[in-house]
Amino acid sequence: MKSKKNQGLFPMLPLLLFIVVFLVGPLVYMVALSFATNNEGYGVTWKFTLENYTRITDPVYLQTFIQSFQLAITSTVIISLLGYPFGYFMAKLSAKWKKRVMLFIMLPFWVNSLIRLYGWIIILQTKGVLNGLLLKLGIISEPLKILYSYPAIVVGMVYALLPFMILSVYSSAEKLDWSLIEASRDLGATSFQAFRTVTLKLTLPGLLSGIILTFIPSMGLFFIADILGGNKIVLVGSLIQDQMNRGSNWPFAAALAVVLTILTTIMIWLYRKITNVKELEGLY
Amino acid sequence: MKRNSKIANIYLGIILFFMYFPIAMVVLYSFNDSRLTVSWKGFSLQWYEKLFSNQALMEALGNSLLLGVLSCFLSAVLGTLGAVGLAKLKWKSKGIIEYVSILPLMIPEIILGMVFLAFFSLLGMPFGMLTLLVAHTVFCVPYILMQVKARLVGMDKALEEAALDLGATPVRAFFDVTLPMITPAVLSGSLLAFAMSMDDVVISVFVSGPRTSTLPLKVYTQLKTGVTPEINALCTLMLAVTILVIILWKIAAGLSKKNKKGRQQI
Repeated sequence: MKSKKNQGLFPMLPLLLFIVVFLVGPLVYMVALSFATNNEGYGVTWKFTLENYTRITDPVYLQTFIQSFQLAITSTVIISLLGYPFGYFMAKLSAKWKKRVMLFIMLPFWVNSLIRLYGWIIILQTKGVLNGLLLKLGIISEPLKILYSYPAIVVGMVYALLPFMILSVYSSAEKLDWSLIEASRDLGATSFQAFRTVTLKLTLPGLLSGIILTFIPSMGLFFIADILGGNKIVLVGSLIQDQMNRGSNWPFAAALAVVLTILTTIMIWLYRKITNVKELEGLY
Repeated sequence: MKRNSKIANIYLGIILFFMYFPIAMVVLYSFNDSRLTVSWKGFSLQWYEKLFSNQALMEALGNSLLLGVLSCFLSAVLGTLGAVGLAKLKWKSKGIIEYVSILPLMIPEIILGMVFLAFFSLLGMPFGMLTLLVAHTVFCVPYILMQVKARLVGMDKALEEAALDLGATPVRAFFDVTLPMITPAVLSGSLLAFAMSMDDVVISVFVSGPRTSTLPLKVYTQLKTGVTPEINALCTLMLAVTILVIILWKIAAGLSKKNKKGRQQI
């Protein structure tokens, strides 16, 4: 009889092979590349250097990292403030309405993200829907220039990533034992106290996983800054893309990517430490 | 206690409204007679006509659909077999294999795109459909793997063992017993993978090469260079297709539920 330990190895082989060649391989290559020397013009020389990493501390590039973080934090805070109550209220709906609202949340997911962004262009542009409405109502006398500005990028980020937060918070609020809140109220807690000590604590895994699921992509979604920000704000994502294409400095791009990967890994690790949860809530 | 106040329900409504408002605008303006997205000049289907005579866009659409189907199929095969294997495997290191397989969900897309570009040129692979297919399959696998894994956890293992005891080969047992039970998970994972493939911009930007274009890439360049109302029409059509796919999915899910009930009765 075949050893039981290795049972299941055969069906898994194709995946294993594929992952090793096309995922582990490229990632290892990225790390190696980040220590290689860039040639003037095109290509790399395999000579060990730390220059790509020291270059990141250059104020120009450091500024990019800071700007990306600022944008990611701003978006994540707004998304949390909007998404947390949504997920929480959604968990309190009746079963029938839960299903309906869930479908409504999922549907835009399936609509091409560029299409959704384009909708915002129609709304935000100088002669767009929003300005038209505000002018008609007499709130403003001159059209606002919202498109191609910082707020427009934030709107785009919040819009694109809000569903992730909602789903995360919802999946943890759904499991909430509501009698605990009732008990705390019976024992004399105010509704705010009950929320802070019971509800918030128990839904923290969902909130944190939502924060990760919005924070990580917001560092890399260069096309949102590109389309709604008109290239005024350079994010780490745009910088990497630029270095890969026009700048053709692949080792530097690789170093940027390694730093970004390390930062995201730290975030996920912290999440696991704080919540003791292995998998991100609401991801699947 | 477990009931929303009116304000809470209004809040849910407002957020949902803002989720759909931009989409509604795109649909509305696809029927606009004016060349500019600024003002409403009456109902027209002219952008739909222009869209279908736009060869480049149609070619990109064809590429996207082909790519979506192929990467969805490939990742379904790899992911399903992988999940089945992982469930049986008793290695200590299997957690690492699983972690690496779903890594594409945890690292920013931009990094995946970048490493694919670097790695594919190292291998000397010609950039085009092949590189797109490999890249899309890598980020589609996790969706199927996770769905099937979740389904396998809740499955009765005794059934497959019974089949094996009764003399079925492992391959036969897989196709006759295990596969029918995990089919709903494979299907829902595949549809998610298909949607992700059809929607991807970030990774495709890196690996498409100069001559091949997918629909999202075409839309992306158009949005950057200058918007023509054809985009509105195209977006509306894509929205219609997605809704159609969802409806089909719901029907499929409904059918598989019925099947399950029937089998339970037997």
